[in-house]
Amino acid sequence: MSNKLNESMSLAKPEANNLSLKQKIAVTIGLIGLLIFALAIFNTNFPNKTLFLSLSIGAISLGTILFANDAYLTKMEGIKNDGVWFKSISSRGVLAWATGILLTGFYIILYFFPQYLGQTPSGEPNTGLISLFDPLSKLLNGNPASQWFVYGTLYTVAILVFGYKFMLKYRHNRYEQLRTASVMFFQLGFAFLIPEFMSRLNASPDYNLPYYDLKSMWPLNYYLFDSWSVNGLLSSGVLGFLMLMFGIISIFVISPFLTYKYGKRWYCSWVCGCGALAETAGDSFRHLSSKKLSAWKLERWLIHTVLVFSVLMTTAVIYTFLGSDPNKFWLTRSAFLLGVGILLTLVFSMTMIFKRHELGKDARYGAIGYFVVIAVLFIMHYTGTSDKIFLIKASHLRSAYGLYIGSIFSGVIGTGFYPILGNRVWCRFGCPMAAILGFQQRMFSKFRITTNGGQCISCGNCSTYCEMGIDVRAYAQKGENIVRSSCVGCGICSAVCPRGVLKLENDSMKGRTNANEILLGNDVDLMDLINKN
Amino acid sequence: MEHIVIIGNGISGVTAARHIRKLSDTETSSAQAKKITIISAETDYFFSRTALMYVYMGHMKFEHTQPYENWFWEKNNIDLKKGYVRTIDTHSKTLHFVDGDTLTYGKLIIATGSKPNKFGWPGQDLKGVMGMYHKQDLENLELHAPNNKLCKRAVIVGGGLIGIEFAEMLNSRNIPVTFLVRESSFWNGVLPDGESEMINRHIKNHHIDLRLSTNLKEIISDENGNVKSVIIEETGEEILCDVVGLTAGVTPNIDFLKDSGIETDRGVKVNRFLETNIPDIYAIGDCAEQHEAIGKRRAIEAVWYTGRMMGETIAQTICGNRMAYKPGHWFNSAKFLDIEYQTYGRVHSTKNKPDYEQHFHWKHDDDTKCITVAFDKNTNTFLGINTFGIRMKHETFDRWLTEKRDIDYIINHLAEANFDPEFYKKHEQDILATYTNQFKSAKA
Ligand SMILES: Cc1cc2nc3c(=O)[nH]c(=O)nc-3n(C[C@H](O)[C@H](O)[C@H](O)COP(=O)(O)OP(=O)(O)OC[C@H]3O[C@@H](n4cnc5c(N)ncnc54)[C@H](O)[C@@H]3O)c2cc1C
Ligand code: SF4
Ligand code: SF4
Repeated sequence: MSNKLNESMSLAKPEANNLSLKQKIAVTIGLIGLLIFALAIFNTNFPNKTLFLSLSIGAISLGTILFANDAYLTKMEGIKNDGVWFKSISSRGVLAWATGILLTGFYIILYFFPQYLGQTPSGEPNTGLISLFDPLSKLLNGNPASQWFVYGTLYTVAILVFGYKFMLKYRHNRYEQLRTASVMFFQLGFAFLIPEFMSRLNASPDYNLPYYDLKSMWPLNYYLFDSWSVNGLLSSGVLGFLMLMFGIISIFVISPFLTYKYGKRWYCSWVCGCGALAETAGDSFRHLSSKKLSAWKLERWLIHTVLVFSVLMTTAVIYTFLGSDPNKFWLTRSAFLLGVGILLTLVFSMTMIFKRHELGKDARYGAIGYFVVIAVLFIMHYTGTSDKIFLIKASHLRSAYGLYIGSIFSGVIGTGFYPILGNRVWCRFGCPMAAILGFQQRMFSKFRITTNGGQCISCGNCSTYCEMGIDVRAYAQKGENIVRSSCVGCGICSAVCPRGVLKLENDSMKGRTNANEILLGNDVDLMDLINKN
Repeated sequence: MEHIVIIGNGISGVTAARHIRKLSDTETSSAQAKKITIISAETDYFFSRTALMYVYMGHMKFEHTQPYENWFWEKNNIDLKKGYVRTIDTHSKTLHFVDGDTLTYGKLIIATGSKPNKFGWPGQDLKGVMGMYHKQDLENLELHAPNNKLCKRAVIVGGGLIGIEFAEMLNSRNIPVTFLVRESSFWNGVLPDGESEMINRHIKNHHIDLRLSTNLKEIISDENGNVKSVIIEETGEEILCDVVGLTAGVTPNIDFLKDSGIETDRGVKVNRFLETNIPDIYAIGDCAEQHEAIGKRRAIEAVWYTGRMMGETIAQTICGNRMAYKPGHWFNSAKFLDIEYQTYGRVHSTKNKPDYEQHFHWKHDDDTKCITVAFDKNTNTFLGINTFGIRMKHETFDRWLTEKRDIDYIINHLAEANFDPEFYKKHEQDILATYTNQFKSAKA
């Protein structure tokens, strides 16, 4: 079907897209803030860095807040999607491409050419944009800024100010407001402030506090088991050991339990930093995700491949680490490999035994991934003494993962392409954490999206606004609950449904997946006849 | 192989096709196999008519209103044909298209839907006057009202569900709207007064110029045959405008059947089995008219759900399991600007209420949420509920209606039917308190 009906059909632009005067002023203020950054990048020497840093961050925040106030507070509470597909920024127009290119460029420089941001060899004073952030960095952790400090600050500011905007947009919806407050809290506290303070304390020789962003779990936090990380944690005594333990318990106990009770949303939409950016700064792009069946197929291949990659990489890293000093740890290499093998076999066979009937094609992906991992473990074990898998050193595997998955996929593509591919590209196609939580959600969770009898009018709002590209309508119009591994429980499908058809719920596992051919409303005998078949 | 031809690719025709395909797929013998063709003059592929408004408002692109991807039809062996059926020759079982093409059928399902009513107003065929039903209406609107520079004001005539959607559409592009409603309060032929009045206020809060008890007299043309203004019947006032939306209801779209021998009245006459007077010809959806109404239902029900349920039923008959159309309890839903509305069972408007029907009404202070529960004042049996701004469960009310619960039970168990998103403020306590106040004190 042609999409001509929209922009191209009318030569004149729909008026409602035009910004109001207040919105124009707000955009200008925000741009002034960005201009200061741009000037800093080109090494403008600001007389008073503290002042100019405050000015730029202040202007960006103020601009966004004023914009949001005018866009949402001047109207009645309700769904605010008017003109989404007409605006250049949110319909892959010129503005969207420009933003995408800028963002992508920023990520490439950040990861691969930080010198252009003003990063200097250690010891030398920063220049450019990074030096602009020195005052804030010194205030928080006592040291000059780094490219990661700049990134962390901008990331946090984005989540806070766009989080504010999101909360206004959904001011009639408490679910949306609460989960946004939650991600704002976790980002500001756990991901940003606490690590900075800890590192400040550690600057003094009296302290050796272990720290990492506790909410960031393996395998999203793929470096948790790197030797520097483990050594760092273990070198700081009991507390460090407890933290490492917490990291491991999170993976095996806390996270499965919470996912069982609430679905993966407890993490993806309430805690996670990547999710936080996607839901706030990325909210204007959620409808750009592809709903095609082919996209779903690609998604399942990609995300599980990344998961297998990350499991292999981590296993190899730990394996190598354990080998570095055989007497240091109670865990031996063989015992470790055996443990991983047993765990995987257990998960695999339990799924096959208890959930066979719920598995379709997914099973094959699972099986393939499982066999790859087991085979590699086997090879690792018998090629024993060398620290190579398939003749590749674990450290190479680790840096390949860091480069291709950690930087390029999650950063450059995942965030840089927001305005083109939608806001959850990474979460949908790449995140290994999402793959694990999704598997749990699909197989063993009380969470589902319930549909309301026969009320669906197949309008398609839910599918359009699902950032994970789930064709929600395909289920809703059959009166079927939505139980999908990729659903992050953002709740937007439910919010935008004009007929009140969808509800995110935690309820008993029984009857969670229900396929109906005939919907409620028709002859009861006919319903019985068809739905029993 | 039997050829099943369906005229109309709306919800009713498409549901029928899908279910026939499902049922005939299971048959292996070729005698039972069926070739299915869906005909439409409107679009290549099925789309959701109810979502047309969201395309104009920029919430969705037209492609998003299509519930199935384009490959779906071929994969399921359903042929699609674009063309307008001009006449049907029921003797030779042949369809004649406007372009001269023909097609023969074994069984024919007429699912041609509706068209907007026009009541013979002077000027009703001017450029810029339109209904809001077909995709072509949307394109026409886009042409005449792309923004508020080219369309300085629009007038909507007719205060029903499509009328208020039309007003919302134009409002989304900041085009000033005057909304002419014949009734003394919005949709008060269907809604009880408390609800109808709340919606009046909500419409006005959206800066829509709502004119109650107001009729259209005529539409005035400019020198180029475009709309220039409308004249109000009651006051003679002239309102300048560039677009006039006619939304005074719909009628079955069946003019092409006139000389076919198929019995029609307002719609295509069908019996309980959705069969017309001619063997092997059936009618479903908006265009079907029951010989006698089923229960308290109307003989013609121009709603989405009816089309779907008829499609589900007719597929059985076509596939050898002759089945009567027996809809369950009535339900429906709509959205008035920002206020969602759902209804289960029957709640009559204040002016059309039968004697035995009594109402309990509760309204939230914020003036965007309310419910009305109808019950039989002699037996206290629950008859139906209207809910505004609070989502409620279809399944629960359907069960309570079947169980013939009494009003006390309903009010005391309302929480079980709540379908609002998590963490929403609950109103059941407040509702119960209001109920106890109104009724217990009255009875005491
Ligand atoms: C703007 C709008 C909003 C609505 N909102 C709601 C709602 O919220 N809830 C609800 O329950 N209902 C709603 N409705 C009503 C609902 O959409 C209809 O009841 C439903 O679409 C009817 O489906 P149908 O399959 O009977 O016919 P249609 O969807 O009308 O399909 C009939 C098709 O047949 C084609 N056709 C007709 N004659 C011929 C011919 N001679 N040759 C070839 N093709 C032909 C037509 O072009 C059309 O494509 C709404 C309707 C509109 C217009
Ligand atoms: S299905 Fe709904 S809740 Fe789940 S990710 Fe999509 S929009 Fe969010
Ligand atoms: S579930 Fe709601 S939003 Fe989705 S298609 Fe149905 S009515 Fe539309």
